[in-house]
Amino acid sequence: MSGEIATTASAWSSQQGAAALAAPSLAEKRRAFDWRILLGFLLPIAVALLWEAAVRFGLAQGRLVPPPSRIFATLLALAETGELWTHTWMTLWRVVVGFVIGAVAGIVLGALSGSSETLRRLLDPTLQALRAIPSIAWVPLFILWLGIFEASKVALIAVGVFFPVYLGIAGAILSVDRKLVEVGHVFRLSRFKLARRILLPAVLPEAVIALRSGLGLGFMFVVAAEFMGASEGLGYLLVDGQQMGKPDQILAAIIAFALLGKLADSLLVLSTRPLVRWQDTVRERL
Amino acid sequence: MLELEHLSKIYADGTRALSDINLFVRQGEIVSLIGGSGCGKTTLLRLIAGLDRASAGAIKLDGEALSGPHPSVGIVFQEPRLLPWLSVFDNIAFGLDHINATERKARVEHALEKIGLSEHAGRWPRDLSGGQQQRVAIARAFVTHPKVLLLDEPFSALDAFTRASLHEHLLGLWEETRPTVVLVTHDVQEAVTLADRAVVMQPKPGRIFDELPLTLSRPRDKTGLPFETSVRRILTALDHSLNTPQQQPQRERDRQAAALWW
Ligand SMILES: Nc1ncnc2c1ncn2[C@@H]1O[C@H](COP(=O)(O)OP(=O)(O)O)[C@@H](O)[C@H]1O
Ligand SMILES: [Mg+2]
Repeated sequence: MSGEIATTASAWSSQQGAAALAAPSLAEKRRAFDWRILLGFLLPIAVALLWEAAVRFGLAQGRLVPPPSRIFATLLALAETGELWTHTWMTLWRVVVGFVIGAVAGIVLGALSGSSETLRRLLDPTLQALRAIPSIAWVPLFILWLGIFEASKVALIAVGVFFPVYLGIAGAILSVDRKLVEVGHVFRLSRFKLARRILLPAVLPEAVIALRSGLGLGFMFVVAAEFMGASEGLGYLLVDGQQMGKPDQILAAIIAFALLGKLADSLLVLSTRPLVRWQDTVRERL
Repeated sequence: MLELEHLSKIYADGTRALSDINLFVRQGEIVSLIGGSGCGKTTLLRLIAGLDRASAGAIKLDGEALSGPHPSVGIVFQEPRLLPWLSVFDNIAFGLDHINATERKARVEHALEKIGLSEHAGRWPRDLSGGQQQRVAIARAFVTHPKVLLLDEPFSALDAFTRASLHEHLLGLWEETRPTVVLVTHDVQEAVTLADRAVVMQPKPGRIFDELPLTLSRPRDKTGLPFETSVRRILTALDHSLNTPQQQPQRERDRQAAALWW
């Protein structure tokens, strides 16, 4: 019998040995992958350089499509006068307030609709019907109700954030593995404890994904909101650039939007990473 | 003492999964349920665990009727069902919420030692092999010191080596608190290795065909003649269970059909 255990043990250790042997090749693969990421920069950089050269050598005028150097000069000038920061700050404030309102509403209603059949039948049809309305269509009504200033803008952003968060949370709760819920039943968890110890951790990864897509839509809708009459914000820079015929300002604002959006998304991912660390690394990277 | 009296289960779709099951299991006895798939073995365990409701009949533990999950009844499923966001330690401690921290720590650490996974206490379940995960699942059920432990083919997905070592681990844990064990298996060797009694089941509707006591002394020598004899007796019973009167009309019809074909 002890001999049998020994064989089993050696089988295990040889398995570990195999894993150790396999480990370096995995690391190598990762390094190779990093190199291929750089490949992705090749195309935009090449296009930018070609365009820059074309304008420098007089092959193109670059009035409507300014060369990269001029865009960065504009961006720098905006930053130096401090204008860039006021506009960025304003946009960020609107997105954050709208995101918080929309996300909280989405989480609460999504949780209700995901965890109770009755509430789902009560809430979901209405919300699905509202979702079918293109969010921008609310703009005139929001302006009538909430005025032309911040409230209507924030409301539009909140509506944009709400739906992906609501759908994501409700769907995540509905798709929680019934087998894990049964483990909770076996240990006789109360409804509240079941929610805290099994449902909540189980939905977290999908909740983070829902919040990320909500944030992305928040940035989309802040542009729309700022189009409808703002005197500050990156969206205002866009409109102003169009009216004044300054394509370099438009492109500078677009770049600022891209950086801001990426930054906000990365912050969200970083702040939630400790909560979903248990997930398989493959999914963690998505 | 675990008593099942006239237990029946008919699923909503009309499937008669169990019909009139009567079984008495002594305190500390290890009973093995054997039968092909579809005999209602899983259904029976789910009824005892309180995860499903019986259509008729009663389940009693020491005279107390069970209706729903009970603190004295633990179950290990066919899959480990570990919570992927908890470490191995916290998974084992999952059912010990009501116990004070020092006692909890002591119990979990002792169980970890028993199943030989002490050095993996802080790892995620995803970093364990299938056999290791199943050991954690067994430890999770044992640390609450249940009076009745239900195991639903817990080793069926594992290779023979791992299975043999898990049998050792299971008996090691069992020795300590000596709970009543109902072990579902379709592996006759496994039943003879672990059980005091083998209960052979029959499908459509699921019912008990025969019971065979296994009185071999422990630890059991798998190469000995008594072991071989017991295995053969169970195999014979299983064979008979497939050839009972209830099934004969079917066979008769088959023969007639074959005759017509000629
Ligand atoms: N939830 C269910 N609904 C309807 N029929 C079921 C359900 N679960 C099991 N059955 C049926 O009950 C019978 C017994 O199933 P099960 O208890 O899983 O058998 P075993 O574990 O012995 O393989 C099978 O015919 C199966 O198809
Ligand atoms: Mg089964």
